[in-house]
Amino acid sequence: MFYGTAASDGIGIGNVMIIEEHTLSYSPKTVIDPDAESQRYNDAVNAFCENTMAQADALRASTGDKEAEILEGHIQIIKDPYLNGEIEKLIANGTCAESALEQMCDQFITVFSMADDELTKQRASDVRDIKAGMLGILLGVKEIKISDAPKGTVLVAHELTPSMTAGIVKENIVGIVTETGGKTSHSAILARALEIPAVLSVEGAVSSLANGQKVIVDGSEGIVIESPDSEQMEIYTQKRDAFIKERRELEKYKGKETVSASGEVYELFCNIGKPEDAVKAMDFDGEGVGLFRTEFLFMDRDAVPTEDEQFEAYKKAALILKGKPLIIRTLDIGGDKDLPYLGLKKEENPFMGFRAIRYCLKNNDLFKSQIRAILRASAFGDIRIMFPLITTLDELRAGKQLVENIKLELKEANISFDENIKVGVMAETSSAAVIADLLAKEADFFSIGTNDLTGYTMACDRGNSDVSYLYSALQPSVLRLIKNIIECGVKNNIPVGMCGEAAANPMMIPLLISFGLTEFSVSAPSVLKVRKTISQWTKQEADKVAEKVMTFATEQEVTDYLKTII
Amino acid sequence: MVSKTVTLTNAQGFHMRPASLFATAMGKYESDVIIKFNNSDINAKSLLNIIAGCIKCGSEIEIVCSGSDEQAALDEAVQLIESGLGE
Repeated sequence: MFYGTAASDGIGIGNVMIIEEHTLSYSPKTVIDPDAESQRYNDAVNAFCENTMAQADALRASTGDKEAEILEGHIQIIKDPYLNGEIEKLIANGTCAESALEQMCDQFITVFSMADDELTKQRASDVRDIKAGMLGILLGVKEIKISDAPKGTVLVAHELTPSMTAGIVKENIVGIVTETGGKTSHSAILARALEIPAVLSVEGAVSSLANGQKVIVDGSEGIVIESPDSEQMEIYTQKRDAFIKERRELEKYKGKETVSASGEVYELFCNIGKPEDAVKAMDFDGEGVGLFRTEFLFMDRDAVPTEDEQFEAYKKAALILKGKPLIIRTLDIGGDKDLPYLGLKKEENPFMGFRAIRYCLKNNDLFKSQIRAILRASAFGDIRIMFPLITTLDELRAGKQLVENIKLELKEANISFDENIKVGVMAETSSAAVIADLLAKEADFFSIGTNDLTGYTMACDRGNSDVSYLYSALQPSVLRLIKNIIECGVKNNIPVGMCGEAAANPMMIPLLISFGLTEFSVSAPSVLKVRKTISQWTKQEADKVAEKVMTFATEQEVTDYLKTII
Repeated sequence: MVSKTVTLTNAQGFHMRPASLFATAMGKYESDVIIKFNNSDINAKSLLNIIAGCIKCGSEIEIVCSGSDEQAALDEAVQLIESGLGE
């Protein structure tokens, strides 16, 4: 069994076809007739452009514009005036076309590979792809035709280049395995666009697997099983069929509103941890971001990020969302999340201790710079502020006061921001749940964090296997608190969302609909599933279920009943 | 020679698509078009050079055009950047 990066969901079972790259070797020679050599080079460029254009057209038909544009970019790169100018110069000085091309391409491959951002790094593989294609033409090497691959083929390659993927016949390729590439590489993006299961970064795949060998590619888990036995075949065939069936069903919900069977419309957001994740939220059809955890900005570094650094990150996420809501949670540090440079004291009881809003209100400079950064970014989208771990009204008031003070500062400095920015409470402590009626009068919204709410209410650490049986958001006590939070929100006309894992639980969804939740925030891959589940409930049916559930005395009774109705 | 300093506002910075759009647009002009950024001169007609420049969102860049159609080139360059480079 091989392990790699799970890059494109689904399961493929088929026979290996290894794509070996040609050795594009040549011996550099001195050119006697530079004009003829230049002509040879330009002919190769024209042939390259023709091939690539044909590939782009094929790709456009199979996967759409976005992917075809990558290849059209290759045409533009090979026609780049700077690149051609330099190559012409080299040829004029007696360098052969192959060598001139290789020198210039290698220069850019080096520069791009050294860049500090992922997107630029990926351009190196484009230039590598172009170089290989051009050398192939100049040297008259025949390309392997992936388009000839028979039905049920699993492609195994060192790297899947865009020009290779262009030849893929979607119906014939059931899986992709490569030795390099991450979740955001071209190979991954194309595999997802083609809906072909893919496992990338599998070390030694090309040398360990043999042409024609039977393999299972599990692109959801990142596993490749070579020569599977009959038991494995049976398990994975079932898994594959179930996956395909579900994907077909969920496809219907793409681009649709989130609406119940009785017509109530809900907001369906995503939880993200980095600005770039907003792209994923959009790809998976999220309608906004219900929880942007800001801790990542503060992690893996030696000092607190500056206000400007934070501003750039928040603004970036806002711009990606193009006006869709973005709820930013202020720093939730402490508890199990330590930052060495803050010098937090070791605590006996970190979850009960100096964390989140408590820490921020005592460390004004840090908190102020974060609020300022969020406010400045609010000029670029629909940004909302959420305070974590609120237990008292005083904390909410102190946080809101700070926001007001900074608004005045920004106004004086003529810096634009959203004057009506909404400030809400992450309802995740038992205290907040019990005083939700008081908080609802002064908060602009609630978002229920079920993970901590469950832990605090059940006084249980889910990581401790001796007590984790208590950890369930379907415990009657937790359900009563969730109901109270939502009803207090409804009574005071503020929206109530849920950003914990429970929001995606099909057993929880009818209860949330009945209590009056207005916004669900889930992980990006769950969006369509949740939209589907919501669409299956009418308010009246959900009310009946909730009424019944609230009469049960134990978690066992609750789950036994809910399992029968979903 | 004409020039203007502008701030790059599109979220992705000068990446493949925006850079490609920009280089193509500038390629139409006879004038030389240079992007001054981080003490280096970037040939604005070259997609590869623009990408190699690693110009991120929020960066201040100076566009310098010189040649017979310099004003038209500068106007279009500024317009493209201010409109977010097709994003």
